Formats: sequence, C-alpha cells, structure tokens
Amino acid sequence: MENYNVFASRVVSKNEPLAPGHRACTGCGEVLALRLCAKAFGKNTIVVNATGCMEIIASQAPYNSWRLPWIHTLFENASATASGIEAAIKVLARKNRVPESEINVVAIGGDGSTVDIGIQSLSGALERGHNFTYICFDNEAYMNTGIQRSSATPFGASTTTSPAGKKSIGQSTWKKDMPAIMAAHNIPYVATACPSYPFDLMNKVEKALATKGPAYIHVFSVCPTGWRSAGNLSVRYGRLAVETGVFPLYEIENGVYKMSVEVPELKPLTAYTKGQGRFKHLKEDNLAKIEARVHEEYEKLLEKCNLSAVEEGK
Amino acid sequence: MAKRVGIESSIAVADTVKMCDVDVVAAYPITPQTHIVEHIADLVANGELDAEYIPVESEHSAMSACLGSSAAGARTFTATASQGLELMHEVLYVASGMRLPIVMAVANRAVSAPLSIWGDHSDVMSCRDTGWIQVFVENGQEAVDMTICSFKIAEDPSVLLPFMINLDGFHLSHVIEPIIFPEEEEVKAFLPNFDYKYRLTPDHPVAMGDFATPPLFTEARWAHHMALVNSQKKIVEVWNEFEQKFGRGYKPVETYKTEGAETLLFTMGSFSETAMTAVDQMREQGKNVGLVRLRLWRPFPFEEIYEAVKGAKTLIVLDRALSTGGPAGPVASEIKAGLYNKEVKPKVVSIIGGIGGRDIHDYDFINIVEHGEALAKTSDIAPYEIYGVRG
Repeated sequence: MENYNVFASRVVSKNEPLAPGHRACTGCGEVLALRLCAKAFGKNTIVVNATGCMEIIASQAPYNSWRLPWIHTLFENASATASGIEAAIKVLARKNRVPESEINVVAIGGDGSTVDIGIQSLSGALERGHNFTYICFDNEAYMNTGIQRSSATPFGASTTTSPAGKKSIGQSTWKKDMPAIMAAHNIPYVATACPSYPFDLMNKVEKALATKGPAYIHVFSVCPTGWRSAGNLSVRYGRLAVETGVFPLYEIENGVYKMSVEVPELKPLTAYTKGQGRFKHLKEDNLAKIEARVHEEYEKLLEKCNLSAVEEGK
Repeated sequence: MAKRVGIESSIAVADTVKMCDVDVVAAYPITPQTHIVEHIADLVANGELDAEYIPVESEHSAMSACLGSSAAGARTFTATASQGLELMHEVLYVASGMRLPIVMAVANRAVSAPLSIWGDHSDVMSCRDTGWIQVFVENGQEAVDMTICSFKIAEDPSVLLPFMINLDGFHLSHVIEPIIFPEEEEVKAFLPNFDYKYRLTPDHPVAMGDFATPPLFTEARWAHHMALVNSQKKIVEVWNEFEQKFGRGYKPVETYKTEGAETLLFTMGSFSETAMTAVDQMREQGKNVGLVRLRLWRPFPFEEIYEAVKGAKTLIVLDRALSTGGPAGPVASEIKAGLYNKEVKPKVVSIIGGIGGRDIHDYDFINIVEHGEALAKTSDIAPYEIYGVRG
C-alpha cells in the first residue's frame, strides 16, 4: 500500500500475532487475511484452527507461527472444540480457579472445513449460542489437498475434481450461500470481508469479538495456486470480486443487512475472471450466464439492505 | 459416613461425576448410555453440580468439545456407546495423542448392522488402539469407584491420558444394585483439583496440535506408547490408595478360585460375576475350574495375565465381540499372541458369546467349560466358536 506509514501506522497494530516465516505460497490472499485478522485479535485470544492450509503453513513441529494460544485438533470440529474451550473458560472463572478475564475464542477454517465437512459442528455451536467468533477463509476449493471442488467453489471453475472437459463446464453447481445460512441461525453478527479491504476486515473482526454470542465472518481469500492466477495480483482480484458483484461486502447485525462497500456500477464479470486459469475454458455464453446470476444475487442483496438496484449498464 | 443405597448403575456414575466436581460435560444421547448424562444434566439444572453441560449435536462434537475443555484446563467427562463411540472414533486418537485427560463412560453395546441396542463389546474393541487407558467394570460399585480413580489417574502429570470406563450396556448400566457411596468430602480429599500446567491461556501461549513430519512422528508415537505402558504403575498406585481410603481394592487382573485349577475361564466386564457363580457350582461338583477376570484392557497387563494362567492346562477365553473373519475373539487373540513364546502355557480356546445382548447364564458357563475342555483335547481345534449359534 502506498503511503502506508502516513495513513496506517497509527491505526494498525504493529504486533504480528501470526509471525512471519510460515510456509504459505507466494501471493497467498488467505494468509494475508489471517495476518490482518490476527492483528485485530489482540492478546486475549485463543485460536482454534481447523485442519487446512492455514494450519499446515503455520504449525510444522517443532515450529509454530502463532504467538497466541493456539490449538488444532481435526478438520470438521473447530467449532465444537471452540465450544469446549468457551465452556471451560466460563466455568473455571465461575469456580475461581482462573482469574476472571475477557478471553476471545476464535475458530478459523477454510471453505472445506466450514461449508462442507464442518457445517454440522458449526451449526450446532451457533445454535447453542457459544460466545465465540468463527472466521471462514474461503479460497473456493480444497487447496491444501490439491484444488478439489467444495460447495464454495463457484460455478464454472475448473478444479481437480470438477475438471472442465468436453462434457463438463467445470463446477456445475452454484456457490453455497454460507452467510445466509449463518444468518438463518439468528446469531447477532454475520459479515463478509476481504483482505483487499483491510480496514473493513479488521473492523469487522473487532466487532465480531465484541459481540456477545456467536459471530461469523466469511472472508474471501484469493488463492493464486488454486486459481492459477498471478501471485502479485491477489489484492487486485479481491477488489475485482467486490467491484464485479461476485463477492459483495456486507454485514448482518441482529438480522439487519447493511452494505459495507457500495459499488455504484458493477464492473463486467470478465474484469474478474480474466487471468484466472480456473475460468479460462469458459465461453462467452457461459460467462454471460454467470454474470446474470451474479447480478441477480447482487440485486437480492441490495433489496435486503434496503438499497435500490444500481445501474449495471444493462 | 459412607451410605449404602439401592441405585441404578448409570445414575450412580452420574452422582459420582458430581462428587468429582467435574467442570465440563459434553454429551449426545444414545442408548444405553443416556441415563448417565440425563442425570448429570439434572444435577447441573438443579444447581447441585456447578458445571457447563454442552448438549452437542453429535458424538463427534461431544468428544471434540471435550478436547477443547480439557485443553483449557477443565475436568471433563462424557459418556457414549456403540454408534456414538464409532462416530467419535477419529477424535479418540486426538484426545490421547494430545494427552488430554478426558474421562468417558462407555455403556458397551453392539454395532449396526443389524441394528441392536443391546450389549456387547464390539463397540469398544474397535477402539483398542486409540491410545486410551481402558478398564472394564464388573458391577455398579466398581463403576462408581473406577470413576473416582479415573480422574486421579488420568490427570496425574506422569500420565495425562484419557480414560475409558467400560460398563456393559443394560446388564450393568440399567441394573439397580446396592452401592456404597463415599462422602463427597472424602472424594474431594482423595481427588485434587485438575491443575493443568499446559492449559490454553493467553497468559502463557502454547501451541497444541502441530503436525509432525516423518523424522518426528515415530518418536511422538513412541512417547505416547511409553506413557500408556508406564501408566500401569500409577493405575495400581491409585487403586491401592483407594483401597486404603475406601476399603475396596482393585487389580489389573483378578482371579477367583484359580488355585490348582486345570481349566480357567477368562472374562471381562459383567460376565465375571455370573462366571463366579458357575465356578462355585462346578467346584462343588468337584471340577477343577477357576476364573480369571481382566479389568485393565489398556495398557495390556500381560505379565499379570501370564502369572494368573500359566499353571492351567486349558484357558477358555470368553469374548463378547467377534473379530469378523479374524483368527479368534479379540481378547483371545491377544492372549494367544502373548503366550506364544512362553515355554509353559495353557491351551487357549476362544469362545464368543453374549453378543447383541444375548444372556450367558451360569449353566451356559458350565456348558462352555465342558465344551471348551473337549475342544482343547481334540487335535483339530477350531480357531474359535460362537457359543449357542444356530447355523
């Protein structure tokens, strides 16, 4: 960021709870997001990490990148593990066995561990109302195991288990609307975020931590390795996802939708898909179909936010 | 003063969990375990036990929540059975590998298919290698005593391993017995608070659950294995201390009328008391029969087992689980393997019985001994037999 020291040095913590030296790929948008989130966690936070990229890159014994108390157990159970930690903190303080203090419990996972295999455990923890924050870092496929499709993979993306071919467009299903599923649990705070909008992301994390009860943040995380995109363009792709309407940034506070970044005029979808190897097989009509769906979803979201539909240059 | 009350074993276990001042219970309902956690939920709801009861949405999450609470330094308990134990299977390895002293009661039950809610040991036999301390209890009193001891053993800094208490589904879990309850103060004096020095806290950040590359994995597993093997010393020590304080003693392997016995029955769990009745009857008829009961299943106390069985001609191991397509019942297989290199050893006959809740009566044990002795004498011993099967 240009002039970082002028604009940001006073507002962003220079602490790095996630230390440098981890093993993330060059240009990883996910670890950038995680680093920013970690800055917002503060010292009084316990991190529960589902199995996945962010766990593997940070925790090769005997090294660990976390300067916060950190636990990894399994792939699909970060929310349940966090439930146990939250309950333990509560009861031990009540019994005067540990000093009373505000400790944040944050569970983090990728899209696979959140929207697929861990959705039951997450749903259970939200329904039970544990005071914790769950952050999903969505890079739209199982990247750690080699780019297999998940239910968060967008329509048309070619992955190793939804490959494009003569009889296949690639991923043949539409991305699961996870924030809406989370909102349906009637939890106090749900938000989407993207590290290309770092202050918005960090503000949302702080808001989630301050929330009494469960909070959920869905973070769009560009993956140059899995998307076959240039590593130096990860921040730009994040912005383009927002500017094309592919990944709008919004909050749902106590059921009330609010757009975080209003886009007066959506850019054409191709501004975003161009240069991503996972979309390169898509034909014009395929892209038109996807763009129509993106606009349709975007308009629905605007309605939920009580905003009028923007001109999309139709 | 200790009280003697008529009470269902499951309720007694729950009351004992309260006496142990457990901090967190995360559980999911499954027959025949449910009475345990229902009663704990009652105790919490009535303010008799100050604990967090987490009504999770699955057994996988039950054990996962237990990981979290134990890692955060809370005394943690859960209970399950059968499919529930199978659903939490992968989490069991994590609990032991991360050295988290969770205590779990398992009301042993058959595993589907066909669906059976009734008792046998097939659920826990699939957990043999999960790295937990595992005991089988014979009656409700032992379930109570073992629960008290389990926390003290599991949480000991020299052990730090999860502890599984197996009590036979229905045959024990649902039976009303006279049980002696110690005073809560006596239990508190015997069982100190769980003070976990590696707990997750921002005061002293620790990382738990790193991944291990090939140069480290073997050593990590070896350390776990040695901790489990070495835990036997602490287990015996705590049981002895329990005996001194409460007057009831337990050993890894118990014997009944084994002196000079030519034939020995070998059992685990609630079979044992019925088998003792059968041994009494056979002894009265002049038959030279005794009984060996295995209480500690993991770590496997082979030397104690060998001491108990080496003088016999025939050892009839009664397994309550079938190792489908395998060489013998699961317990019999381990005993055979242990005996193989010994010079002096009994002939081992493996009998499977009482699976899916089928009763084994005293007269069945007498039949099993007669049949087992006959099998041992034939030159062509069947690897194993399922007692009473209609085929």
